[in-house]
Amino acid sequence: MSTVVLLALTGLGLAALYFLIASGLSLVFGLAGVLNFAHGLFLSVGAYAAWTVSESWGLAPAVLLGIAVAAATGALVELVLIRPLYTRHTEQVLVTVGLSLAGVALLQSVWGADARVFPRPAWASSVVSIAGAQVPADRFLLIGAAVLVLLGLLAFLRFTRYGLVIRAGVENRDMVSALGIDVRNAFTLVFTIGGALAGLAGILAGMYFSSISPGQGASLLIFAFIVVVIGGLGSVTGAFAAAVAVGLLQQFVNYYGTAGAGDVSVVALLAAVLLLRPAGLAGKAAPA
Amino acid sequence: MLLVAVVLPWSTLSLPGLFEGPLNSPGTLQLLAICLVFAGLALGYDLLFGRAGLLSFGHALYVAAGAYGVDILVSHYGWQLWTAAAVTVPAAAVLAALLGSVALRTSGIAFSMVTLAFAQVGHIVINRDPGGLTGGEEGLPLSSAGLPAMFTGVVNTVNLYWLALAFLTVVVLVVHAIDRAPLGRTLTGLRDDERRIAVLGLSPYRLKLLAFVLAGTLAGLGGVIYALVVGGASPHIASSELTLSLIVMAVLGGAGTRWGAVVGGFLYAYLDQRLARLGGSLPGPFGEPLFVLGTLFILAVYFAPGGLASLGSRLEPLRRALRPRRPGDGHPAPVTDAV
Amino acid sequence: MILKINDLSVRLGGSHILQGVAFDVAETGVTALLGRNGVGKTTTLRAVLGEVPATGEVLFDGRPALGRATHRLVRDGLGYVPEDRCVFAGLTVAENLRLAVRVPSPDFDLVFDLFPELRQRAGQRAGTLSGGQQQMVAIARVLLNPNRLLLVDEPTKGLAPAVVTAVAAVLERVATRVPILLVEQNLAVVRRLATDAVVLEAGRTAWRGRAADLLSDADATRSLLGVGTTAGRH
Repeated sequence: MSTVVLLALTGLGLAALYFLIASGLSLVFGLAGVLNFAHGLFLSVGAYAAWTVSESWGLAPAVLLGIAVAAATGALVELVLIRPLYTRHTEQVLVTVGLSLAGVALLQSVWGADARVFPRPAWASSVVSIAGAQVPADRFLLIGAAVLVLLGLLAFLRFTRYGLVIRAGVENRDMVSALGIDVRNAFTLVFTIGGALAGLAGILAGMYFSSISPGQGASLLIFAFIVVVIGGLGSVTGAFAAAVAVGLLQQFVNYYGTAGAGDVSVVALLAAVLLLRPAGLAGKAAPA
Repeated sequence: MLLVAVVLPWSTLSLPGLFEGPLNSPGTLQLLAICLVFAGLALGYDLLFGRAGLLSFGHALYVAAGAYGVDILVSHYGWQLWTAAAVTVPAAAVLAALLGSVALRTSGIAFSMVTLAFAQVGHIVINRDPGGLTGGEEGLPLSSAGLPAMFTGVVNTVNLYWLALAFLTVVVLVVHAIDRAPLGRTLTGLRDDERRIAVLGLSPYRLKLLAFVLAGTLAGLGGVIYALVVGGASPHIASSELTLSLIVMAVLGGAGTRWGAVVGGFLYAYLDQRLARLGGSLPGPFGEPLFVLGTLFILAVYFAPGGLASLGSRLEPLRRALRPRRPGDGHPAPVTDAV
Repeated sequence: MILKINDLSVRLGGSHILQGVAFDVAETGVTALLGRNGVGKTTTLRAVLGEVPATGEVLFDGRPALGRATHRLVRDGLGYVPEDRCVFAGLTVAENLRLAVRVPSPDFDLVFDLFPELRQRAGQRAGTLSGGQQQMVAIARVLLNPNRLLLVDEPTKGLAPAVVTAVAAVLERVATRVPILLVEQNLAVVRRLATDAVVLEAGRTAWRGRAADLLSDADATRSLLGVGTTAGRH
């Protein structure tokens, strides 16, 4: 029993990371039609920015700075690189591919290829006893952050003008323009939000793994992609459900099966979902 | 261009700056052989991407299948090279047929994601070193016991070069034959408008699967040659990064054009290796090959959307203007439209 | 003339869909844009709106329209009711309307006067409405804001006869306030609404003039539209 609780909470912690990355990816893809390979870069940029000032500024301001830097990176990428290629989706994907290669190499040249030890709040290193299981408190940090982000995102999408524009744009971008709305401002906004959430995910991943490295974003990104596709492109709640499914499946199968079986089973889940429901759990049919 | 490649091993020419040592030194020949292999791999990938319009993110899987397949059979089971290759390449084709038949049920971005996910499984499995077969993160050196004498030893590097050149020639012949055949036109038709092909009574699914299997087979063959040239297989060739670099090669050179991917693959592999060697001596991020290549790639997407191949056709009006006018040369020659 | 179109050409995916379309839309009344399926009626509207790349000349309210962003044209008073309604299925009726508002005092009075049903269905998801109700939402969206011209694409397509009449009545009322460029297959509706008519054939303007002249000429109607004048729909 205690093993199950520990596995479940660890799986949910991982799911929280996936969700933070996937929700931004999903909105960016759903609205702007861009499969963003540079999303992993936003994550690493946020983590390294926070790491750099954490000694001198203290942890909380460092976290805020990391999120802000990642958000600014997202906005900048959209304005400078993505916007000039408006509607040319393949080129947009290619640019993000180039950016992910060049960006990781840039991080590597500035901070080195080796992993850096990442600080975490003292309480996150403690252990909480639940139903007989000794659960490290950092799991709750991740899960709490993800739940807050989910609620915040849903409220934003539901109750604000921009949220309305984003929801409508995910359905039919052209029609939003035909109502006299400059939908490209919403593109910049989702890139900024995606960047901020990825930065937060990078920082939390740093705390969870106790270290950061330039390639960390890329490896998390692949599972986030899988979560996005399973959840349905453009759906925040779909991404949340898929993240939970993927995180739990991966943890449990990795523990009870052979090493690596969890990762394989996640891909099998993806294949199954795509064959049965090509649009994902909650999504509309993917455009193009 | 291939002609230059044929006479090259007899040249003792030194090109300082471009290569360390004369052209026919083993070091230079191996570097060139790797470039030739990547030229072939890039063109094989372009059969999918540039011609059929299938943006696969999992091509590395079939390259890895070829490299690890032959490596495992030779190094662990003591097979002869040729038998191992004769089994491995068809196996890669079968793998491509199986996974392609699933992945092609989706289209667009979903197809990209499924291929990426399948390849990721391959990468994970190779990294975990199941049964000590793949050597895990260390990779698996190719045991020379099963290799013909002509491919072992530093003095025989020239033979590896020939092998790589032969591989590139095979890929060029196959892809160009497809370009000329009705299949090639149907594939580009598929890329431009799938409905039109379906209206012609052809099954888009089967055509795409055929292209997928062909490209997978060529990738498997390329993997075999790669393992021979570099003397083993490492998890890097199964990574999504390898597929991404194949995309970069095809786009840099000019996707969908006759020689674009070949030139792109060759140049990319050359720069990658040279920059890695020069790495320490270059300032800041320029010491990272991927930084330079990634940046070049982004610039190419903006400023040379048709890749290097399109630069030629862009200069065409200039060349025509400079050429002395002959009678009957009234209307301009068609400019090839690179995609 | 509120809209002047000259030599409008569109190429999409290698095919030359419009090859020099030319016609004007008057400051008042309804101009019907007619022709058989696939002659480029919808493409003409989308080219005017900047949704497809086009060459030639389009003057909206005296200003060149080609090359301008869709949302800017719309803000200048070009209202668009697209084919197949294109309401946002996942949004409620109220959200669909709220999204369309872009002036400080939107004309909700007019909208609820024309479509009282929308008030009761404000909280319902637009995807669950009937085709006729979705068409009401699509028309209501543009009427909330002041317009200089409406582009209306097949508003009666797929609707039951009683609903067709209702939609036609609404458009008739709207046309007293703002000119309409109307794509319509139902000739009974065209007869009721249109003052002027333009017929496209294979991407070109084949006929332009008074709508009544076209509809009273049985031969012209048959050869241009492929239907007899007495038949409502083919």
